[in-house]
Amino acid sequence: MKDVLIIGGGVAGIQSALDLADRGIHVYLVEKEPSIGGRMALLDKTMSTNDCSICILAPKMNECASHPNIEIMEYSEVIEVKGKAGNFKVKVRRKAKYVDSSKCTGCGDCMEKCPTEIPNEYNSYLDKRKAIFLPFPQAVPRKATIDKEHCLKLTRNRCGLCERICKAGAIDYNQKDKIIELNVASIIVAIGSSLYEPKDLVEYGYGRYANVHTWMEYERLINAAGPTHGHLKCAPDGRRPKKIAFIQCVGSRDVKRCQWCSSVCCMVSIKSAMLANEHYPDLESYIFYSDLRVFSKRFYEYSKRGERDYKVTYIHARPGEIKEDKRTKNLTLYYEDEEKGKINKIEVEMVVLATPIMPSKDARKIAEVLGIETDKYGFIKTVDYTNPVETTKKGIFVAGCCERPKDITESVYQASAASAKAAEIAGD
Amino acid sequence: MAEKLRIGVFVCDCGTNIAGFVNVPEVCEYAKTLPDVVYVKENMYTCSNAGIQEIMDAIKKHKLNRVVVASCTPRTHEPLFRKACEQAGLNKFLFEFVNIRDQCSWVHQKEKEKATEKAKDLVRMGVAKARLLEPLKEIKIDVEKKSLVIGGGIAGMTAALSLAEQGFEVYLVEKENRLGGLLNYINQIYPSDANAQQFLEEIVKKVEKEKKIHVLLNSEVESVDGYIGNFNVRIRQKKESEESKEIKEIKVGTIIVAIGAKPYEPMYMYNYDEYENVLTQYDLEKILKEKKIEKWGTIVFIQCIGGRGERVNYCSRICCMNSIKNARILKKLLPDSQIYIIHKGLQTYGTVYEDYCRKAREEGIRFIRVRDSIPIISSLEKRNGKLFVGFYHPGLRRKIELGADSVVLSTPLIQREDAKKISQMLKIPLGQDGFFFEAHVKLRPVDFATDGIYMAGSCRAPADINECIVQALASASRASIPMAKGYVKAEPYTPVIDEERCMGCGVCVEVCPYGAMKLVEKNRRKFAENIPAACKGCGACASSCVHKAINMRHFKDEQIMAQIEEAI
Ligand SMILES: Cc1cc2nc3c(=O)[nH]c(=O)nc-3n(C[C@H](O)[C@H](O)[C@H](O)COP(=O)(O)OP(=O)(O)OC[C@H]3O[C@@H](n4cnc5c(N)ncnc54)[C@H](O)[C@@H]3O)c2cc1C
Ligand SMILES: Cc1cc2nc3c(=O)[nH]c(=O)nc-3n(C[C@H](O)[C@H](O)[C@H](O)COP(=O)(O)OP(=O)(O)OC[C@H]3O[C@@H](n4cnc5c(N)ncnc54)[C@H](O)[C@@H]3O)c2cc1C
Ligand code: SF4
Ligand code: SF4
Ligand code: SF4
Ligand code: SF4
Ligand code: SF4
Repeated sequence: MKDVLIIGGGVAGIQSALDLADRGIHVYLVEKEPSIGGRMALLDKTMSTNDCSICILAPKMNECASHPNIEIMEYSEVIEVKGKAGNFKVKVRRKAKYVDSSKCTGCGDCMEKCPTEIPNEYNSYLDKRKAIFLPFPQAVPRKATIDKEHCLKLTRNRCGLCERICKAGAIDYNQKDKIIELNVASIIVAIGSSLYEPKDLVEYGYGRYANVHTWMEYERLINAAGPTHGHLKCAPDGRRPKKIAFIQCVGSRDVKRCQWCSSVCCMVSIKSAMLANEHYPDLESYIFYSDLRVFSKRFYEYSKRGERDYKVTYIHARPGEIKEDKRTKNLTLYYEDEEKGKINKIEVEMVVLATPIMPSKDARKIAEVLGIETDKYGFIKTVDYTNPVETTKKGIFVAGCCERPKDITESVYQASAASAKAAEIAGD
Repeated sequence: MAEKLRIGVFVCDCGTNIAGFVNVPEVCEYAKTLPDVVYVKENMYTCSNAGIQEIMDAIKKHKLNRVVVASCTPRTHEPLFRKACEQAGLNKFLFEFVNIRDQCSWVHQKEKEKATEKAKDLVRMGVAKARLLEPLKEIKIDVEKKSLVIGGGIAGMTAALSLAEQGFEVYLVEKENRLGGLLNYINQIYPSDANAQQFLEEIVKKVEKEKKIHVLLNSEVESVDGYIGNFNVRIRQKKESEESKEIKEIKVGTIIVAIGAKPYEPMYMYNYDEYENVLTQYDLEKILKEKKIEKWGTIVFIQCIGGRGERVNYCSRICCMNSIKNARILKKLLPDSQIYIIHKGLQTYGTVYEDYCRKAREEGIRFIRVRDSIPIISSLEKRNGKLFVGFYHPGLRRKIELGADSVVLSTPLIQREDAKKISQMLKIPLGQDGFFFEAHVKLRPVDFATDGIYMAGSCRAPADINECIVQALASASRASIPMAKGYVKAEPYTPVIDEERCMGCGVCVEVCPYGAMKLVEKNRRKFAENIPAACKGCGACASSCVHKAINMRHFKDEQIMAQIEEAI
């Protein structure tokens, strides 16, 4: 039995790792961030079950951490791959965390005291985090990391507070990156996706209008662990919204931007509308769509449930323009009302934009390192539609959103599928 | 119990998660006053390496024979502490978890005093239960390294091939006289537009060549009993020439269900049975395959016939793409034709499908989107030899009619007749939509709740070939886990049946969601008997037994009662 390398510790990478490890194959799970979990760890609830996302993922993350056949290499990157199926030689850079993981207990004392605050990428930049941090409370491994770009000690040789505070003596400002060499029989790529840079979304006032958010920001706003502790608040006075508009396909299915369909955003907006209504039972939502994508198991039923039980109205139109009231910061959407045959308008307190799921920013780099191809959209390419987990190089497989946008369910079964193929090579 | 009880209690600060809201030293002092408690320790992090070491040292040094940890949540940490007990030589079932974070400090953050009192109550209850704990043994069951795949469509064949490649023997049981299922009837496959029959032929050849796969055609599974690792299967095979039948008995460790689906036939709908040139997609595939295309001038595809709330309450996923595929093929064959697709919202999700649809538009296929809330068309009539499709056009805000030479109806895939039979035989559930019901929609999409049984393909929900293949490989991965290990472990929280009380009524057999209870005959009386390997220890049987004949190990009535008494 030989080892397998998995690149990316989102739900897909986690599922691949657990399938292989459970059947007795040793895996290295390389994750770029300080914690595994990926996008799913940052979502509030999951459509179409409305399960608490982190609550159902955390046990799997912990299982990875305690599994004798899984070695998590967090805060690491694959920098070189040589050889071929059955015998790949891999170099991994384990970036210095400036914290000795074997000593750190994750107590959080250092983070409380660290004076350096920077915009928090794990909360869609809606609040701040410290220079020494855990990406989120349920992080696995639950070990602190110092962000060397921002730490006063590492940038200007000042401060050093965390070293004095840490009771475990875990801080080590002299830690260096380490290069680790692995030998594996097969590789699974599961690096997930990136989201469209919302800066480019000028037409709907994103960035100019305080109450226009992307769907990822909304996930954090409605999340009890997020910056507003799950309370939806609108500018200028922090009042809660009574009406929310969701606009679909903002940048997706658009030949000038992303020509593809991101597959999950229709359903995610329905979920988001349901969650808002659960928080505030009188809240109404309007979903502006062009084709509601309800193709997977129980999706259609879910869309009907939204309409019936959660005050969701579906409007087949694309708002042409949004205007902001300077005083109330309320937003008025203008759209062509198909049913009435004229321009209609609606005033809401909050607008959520379903922006495209993009190929991971690292896709091209990883493809180069591995010697595999990306497709014309920039996602990791599979041989063809009837070889759905095989990349263009033998022994290297793909799973999850890095192949094309998909939901958690499909990411999970594709991850298991990739494990089956990886095991065909590694398993004898 | 001869041995004198020596209980150790470890109370965790969880950094500030518990200590910030609960007065932990006070809880510790209190624990020391409880009966049989000989050792109490506060840890900043019981789960840290140092904390674990302290538990192990204390078990040895203080001869502890029961361990109680009061900390975060058993969901993530129980296995860790149990392992520590085991490593220190203590049976791991002599450990009790007390949840003072998720169920106490986190919910009473604003009332420190009450939180401390509640933590004391919880610790007292835990200690009470610990005093009654009994050592248990995990059950280890050997797993037969063979698999049964039911259904020889693309999903079943793909699963069988992967399992064989991984080294396992597979029985592939197909009801019909050939492999391939629905694929046999298809002309070209989207999105590659490859010839479906060539594609199928290649796969069938691979399956036939693979020595580890035993293909049983004209065969059906007659009965299955047993549990993960040890399923006894009877297969009935019709012999082609004679009227004779052969019964084959095999033993397998795992089962994959891949019996597919069938297209809904729109009988008595829209004059499908009456008018010639009103076709289903299925009919059209056949005509295209046999190259019997007529010189149609106008062709109208109508989506969602019977789907999306009409006869079934789901979207069938594949039919939008399928119409676009066939519309494009027809446009190429009949460049002068007018082709319309009337739909309720196209399902061309993802990268390639969206492009496929865009190409169709560029090639001149016209899409008409209608409202979702009403039947897709209002009439389909034949006048003077021409078909007329009437429907409400939302853009024009009135009913219009399109004349057509041919009308193609897209109907959903629905459950096959055999689904109910297989569901009963294997005790695996079907959902309201008629498709098999998975263990967890998001995280266990190809598993059944019952261990050792998995599913793939269109019997799970409508799926195209790409998705059937992904799910088939996934089911092969899931099934390979117990077979590669060669054994499974079952937790020993199984029911104990009091034969004096059991009346053999079988209620427990009915309620058990995992098929882990059966009735057996002893001395001409019927008794319930538990199958430990299949049992999840959920306790549904115990709570449903009106004769109180079932007691759960580790959650015995007296253990629970002791806890309740301490609580009140
Ligand atoms: C706003 C939003 C809401 C959503 N809501 C739902 C929902 O309700 N239900 C649902 O089913 N789906 C939902 N989805 C989709 C869901 O998030 C994805 O299906 C799922 O997260 C995909 O998992 P993954 O493992 O492929 O990718 P990810 O979760 O993105 O994980 C990829 C991992 O790889 C790591 N990585 C990236 N590059 C590298 C590298 N070079 N080296 C090492 N590691 C790397 C990343 O850090 C990350 O941990 C939503 C998506 C979005 C954007
Ligand atoms: C008209 C049409 C056109 C299509 N076009 C495309 C396309 O272009 N591209 C694409 O990707 N997909 C297409 N599809 C979808 C695709 O064909 C199916 O989703 C796929 O073939 C289903 O495979 P399966 O193995 O799940 O099920 P099936 O093909 O249904 O196979 C199931 C098998 O199980 C057998 N079986 C049933 N009950 C039992 C039993 N009790 N015991 C033993 N065996 C049993 C059946 O006889 C059958 O052989 C199309 C479908 C239709 C209807
Ligand atoms: S580095 Fe020290 S202070 Fe910071 S979390 Fe780890 S143990 Fe606590
Ligand atoms: S040394 Fe760096 S990480 Fe530590 S407290 Fe100071 S700024 Fe924060
Ligand atoms: S899923 Fe819906 S919102 Fe997202 S790109 Fe596709 S059609 Fe647009
Ligand atoms: S795939 Fe298209 S035609 Fe089929 S049910 Fe769904 S929306 Fe209707
Ligand atoms: S405890 Fe649950 S799984 Fe076990 S026999 Fe009883 S009902 Fe079935």
